[in-house]
Amino acid sequence: MTVPGPWYLVLAACLFGIGAVGLLVRRNILVMYMCIELMLNAVNLTFVTFSRMLNDLGGQDAVFFVLVVAAAEVVVGLGIIVAIYRRRSGATADDISSLKG
Amino acid sequence: MVNAAYAIVAFPLLGFIINLVWGRRLGEPTAGWVGTVAAGGSFVSTLVVWVTMLGRPAAERVSDLTIFTWFPVAGLHVNAGILVDPLSMTMALFVTGVSTAIHMYSIGYMHRDPGFDRFFVYLNLFLFSMVVLVLADNFLFSFLGWEGVGFCSYGLVGFWFQRQTAAVAAKKAFVTNRVGDVGFLLAMFLMFAHFSSLNYSSVLGTLSHGHATGLLAAAPGAIKGTTATAITLLLFLGAVGKSAQIPLYIWLPDAMEGPTPISALIHAATMVTAGVYLMARVAPMLHYAHATSWVVACAGAATALLAATIACGQDDIKKVLAYSTVSQLGYMFLAVGAGDYVDGVFHMLTHAFFKALLFLAAGAVIHALADRQNMKEMGGLRKYLPITAVTFGVGWLAISGIPPLAGFWSKDAVLSSAWQMDKVLWVIGVVTAGLTAYYMSRQFALVFTGRARWDEARPAPVPSHEGHEAEEGHEASGPGLPAPAHAEARPRDPTWTMSVPLVVLAIAAVLGGGINFPAWHMDFLSRFLSPLFPTATAITISTGTKWALSLLTTAVALTGLGLGLSTWRTAEHPKLEPNFLRRAWYFDDLVSATVSGPLRLAASGLAFVMDRRVVDGLVNGTARALGTSGRVLRRLQNGYLRSYALGIGVGLVVLLAYLTFRVGN
Repeated sequence: MTVPGPWYLVLAACLFGIGAVGLLVRRNILVMYMCIELMLNAVNLTFVTFSRMLNDLGGQDAVFFVLVVAAAEVVVGLGIIVAIYRRRSGATADDISSLKG
Repeated sequence: MVNAAYAIVAFPLLGFIINLVWGRRLGEPTAGWVGTVAAGGSFVSTLVVWVTMLGRPAAERVSDLTIFTWFPVAGLHVNAGILVDPLSMTMALFVTGVSTAIHMYSIGYMHRDPGFDRFFVYLNLFLFSMVVLVLADNFLFSFLGWEGVGFCSYGLVGFWFQRQTAAVAAKKAFVTNRVGDVGFLLAMFLMFAHFSSLNYSSVLGTLSHGHATGLLAAAPGAIKGTTATAITLLLFLGAVGKSAQIPLYIWLPDAMEGPTPISALIHAATMVTAGVYLMARVAPMLHYAHATSWVVACAGAATALLAATIACGQDDIKKVLAYSTVSQLGYMFLAVGAGDYVDGVFHMLTHAFFKALLFLAAGAVIHALADRQNMKEMGGLRKYLPITAVTFGVGWLAISGIPPLAGFWSKDAVLSSAWQMDKVLWVIGVVTAGLTAYYMSRQFALVFTGRARWDEARPAPVPSHEGHEAEEGHEASGPGLPAPAHAEARPRDPTWTMSVPLVVLAIAAVLGGGINFPAWHMDFLSRFLSPLFPTATAITISTGTKWALSLLTTAVALTGLGLGLSTWRTAEHPKLEPNFLRRAWYFDDLVSATVSGPLRLAASGLAFVMDRRVVDGLVNGTARALGTSGRVLRRLQNGYLRSYALGIGVGLVVLLAYLTFRVGN
């Protein structure tokens, strides 16, 4: 028995929602970061699902791009986070607001 | 060797650059000698070109050298080019020649001035601009020189800018000249509209064949007489500004605030004659614009008379000479207006010699008396300044038109042209000649003869206005400058660098008439220049009439001379001049009344209402609006990452909703 496509889409939507809410409510940068990754991979999941449903490899193509970009983003982002940890005791996003208007 | 023409321009430019960059380090007197050598080099180069030109037949004496293409725009192609022809060479010869003498004189005159090197920077730049003005092969390049000399005049009139009067005079000269420049510019626009070119050769036709071809004749590109009149009238407006004619002459007397060598070089011999040069240059066009010719002649005659009357009532030794210059420039315009271009140029040449001489001699007097300029406080200087007295005397007789000195020949030629054009103009010219002889004799008598009034005036200067001015005279008021060493000593002749130019110019003022002697085939200048000018004005005056006119003029001049000498030789502290002549016919007061009345009101209205409320309001309002919106919008930038993320999310939702509904519809 195969799982029907829409279920995957529902799962992806749930994952994306969890990620989005987490990004909005959590204060720890690292956790916010993980939420972003969660949202990205939820999108990846929809891509793959649609790819299977429509029998089109283009969706899986896009996933590779997203993966690569996400990896690059992780490198940069983690670098920044590590730098912040070195300068400050914690990494609460609300404390890092020296660029506010 | 026509290519030496490049060197005429290059030498002063080089001198300017050297003095500009290293002038302060070279110091005194090296900077002055650099300037003098540059001027001398320019003079020698001019001589070389001139001799080369003389070796050629009259029809082949015009050459046009292009230095570089200044700007090629669609339809307008302007070169920085040099036009070598008899007229430009005549001008260049006397400009560089007189300039060399005055550069040398300045070394002595500017001795111990803190701005010594700056003076020579300006002087070389002036010479460069002046040769560009006379040698350029198109109107625009000439205009570059025209503005260049104007700027140098501004810088040099205001050379002692610490003095309020000098700064004001410099501004006045500059602004008045701008009025004339409007005419020059408009004339160039008109020319471009009609000829699509600003080159002398294309606008004025080919000049080397004795008459203008391609212009006004049946040839293609011919223009109507009205256009010629418009262009020449506008050019004349430019000439009026530069050459100080009615009504723009008011700047020249004030320009005497500058150092005396400047008055001699710029405001007597060269720059102020640029207007005459311009009118002579456009002679082929002027020839067809009879209305302009009349305007030029009448303006010249009127200026000559008016300025001569004012000169009779001035006390400042330099002011007399300044009004005299205005008056003599009027003679030149009278000649040009009468169609006698050659004699206009001839009078320009002789005037350059004797007026530069008079100014330099006056400068020597001023120097010897520790910057005293009021003639009423001079007197009896003949014994103390023999060289100056003799050379000044030569200039005095020359400008008075006493034969056989230079001034007689040129003035006589101008007057016979005036006779041919209109008898009234001639009468004005003769009266002016008499007045000229009178005021110059008055000056000579007051300065060099009679009782030595400077002796008693020194301990307690006469508290008149002029006395005050002379007291705080130029060099003494320089910052931290000690009074000249000879201030308390007896006045004596200047150093050799100042006397040599005096003697050279005196010789030129005596023999200058020889360049266009009206007999024995010695009219060199006429033969040299006449291929350039239209020749329709045939001289119809018989030799007998000419003799009669000459005798009459000379008699008038001698009368003026005798009257001036006898009245002023024995005068004590005389005040015989009517007040309206002292105040120059109240013309300056009239101008300032007009300016201070409605014009000042309009200006303050513009400045305090229009500018402050409207223009500033617009500018400040824009700034304030931006500031306010910034203060409101900065709240959005609160520094909380989650609010940004929320913003992104909400924005995304809005965008998606919009797209969905639009696609749905």
